[in-house]
Amino acid sequence: MKRTFQSWLEGDLDLLSEIPDAAEVRNLSRRKLKDIHKEERSRIRALPVTRRVARLERRAFRSWYRILAVGCCMALLGVFLFMTAHVTRYGEENPRASEVADRYLAHGVEETGAINAVAGMILDYRAFDTLGESHVLFTALICVMVLLQRDSKNMRPDYEDYFRIRQEWYYPTEQDPILRRVGMVLGPGILMLGCYILLGGHLGPGGGFSGGAVLGTGLVILASALGDETVDRILTGKRFRWISFVALCFYSLAKGYVFFTGANGLENHIPKGTPGAILSAGLILPLDIAVGLVVGCTMFGFYSLFRRGSIGGQ
Amino acid sequence: MDVLELCRIVLLALLLGCAVTVNLAKSLLQAVIIFMAYSSVMCLLWILMESPDLAITEAAVGAGVSGMLFLLTLKKLHQIGGKDGEEL
Repeated sequence: MKRTFQSWLEGDLDLLSEIPDAAEVRNLSRRKLKDIHKEERSRIRALPVTRRVARLERRAFRSWYRILAVGCCMALLGVFLFMTAHVTRYGEENPRASEVADRYLAHGVEETGAINAVAGMILDYRAFDTLGESHVLFTALICVMVLLQRDSKNMRPDYEDYFRIRQEWYYPTEQDPILRRVGMVLGPGILMLGCYILLGGHLGPGGGFSGGAVLGTGLVILASALGDETVDRILTGKRFRWISFVALCFYSLAKGYVFFTGANGLENHIPKGTPGAILSAGLILPLDIAVGLVVGCTMFGFYSLFRRGSIGGQ
Repeated sequence: MDVLELCRIVLLALLLGCAVTVNLAKSLLQAVIIFMAYSSVMCLLWILMESPDLAITEAAVGAGVSGMLFLLTLKKLHQIGGKDGEEL
């Protein structure tokens, strides 16, 4: 057992290599399957003892694997169902669970200045969570960059004509007349919708995350309809990095100020404004814009890195 | 029965259907498309549950961006289109 495990650890042993393809098994008749099993058993018997043991262990592992897989799934399902049974029913009052929510709904407008209670919650009461979320997204983008970015400094010599091959490999979407027309009609509209969702987050449904995602999708549509080079002209790699950096820094500094004054009981000099006006709700609007820029950049960056291994061309 | 109630039941049934069929899909491309349909249904359900914020996010992220990223990943893994054997 130990040896099998060790060889598996070192990559010499592929436990899954002997599992037959599901489609293959389905096509075989029962009699034939029996023959195969018999043959395998006799083959195992013919092996030297040590390898025989290893093979038997592998077989045991294989059958256990299925049982354990089903068992784990069932256990998880049970835990989920058990937890769901204890969640408050939809539309039901639960005084214990809604203490915080009641407070947010009763004093949200006067304390945050945002008519949309959700925006007031995620960017004021729970702004620390949102700060972490934007950083998680940014870190994910950096990881994708590390894995997928291909530029002159990060390319194997035999990948020299990488960009030429890439052009042949991917279908040149910008040459498709249908996609081009539809993209030219839809793209600007989606970008406008994204801006609206982004800027109106404190007045109605929307906000930084959803607005940023819509903006990113609009950029993706434009990039596939008009060609990557067209979007590269607007969003160069340098601008991309600066936008993400400045937005994240602004969020951290602005929220840091609020955390500092709030935690120490100091006076907060950011005006709340009249609830309902576009310039109101204190820091929520600028924070929405910062989060939206980070999210939009991340979404477009993912697309760009997955598709061609660079953001904003070379 | 209320029309809204009926809508909710139909959407929930669709949601369950999507969740089950995504496991039975023959190809990964089908699975991705069913997953995007799941997100669209979920988006409508969020609206019925009076949370438009979540509905917008679900539509943009669930049905839009993540589906697109899945498709790009499938492309990279040579599961859809493209030529075989090219290592890029």
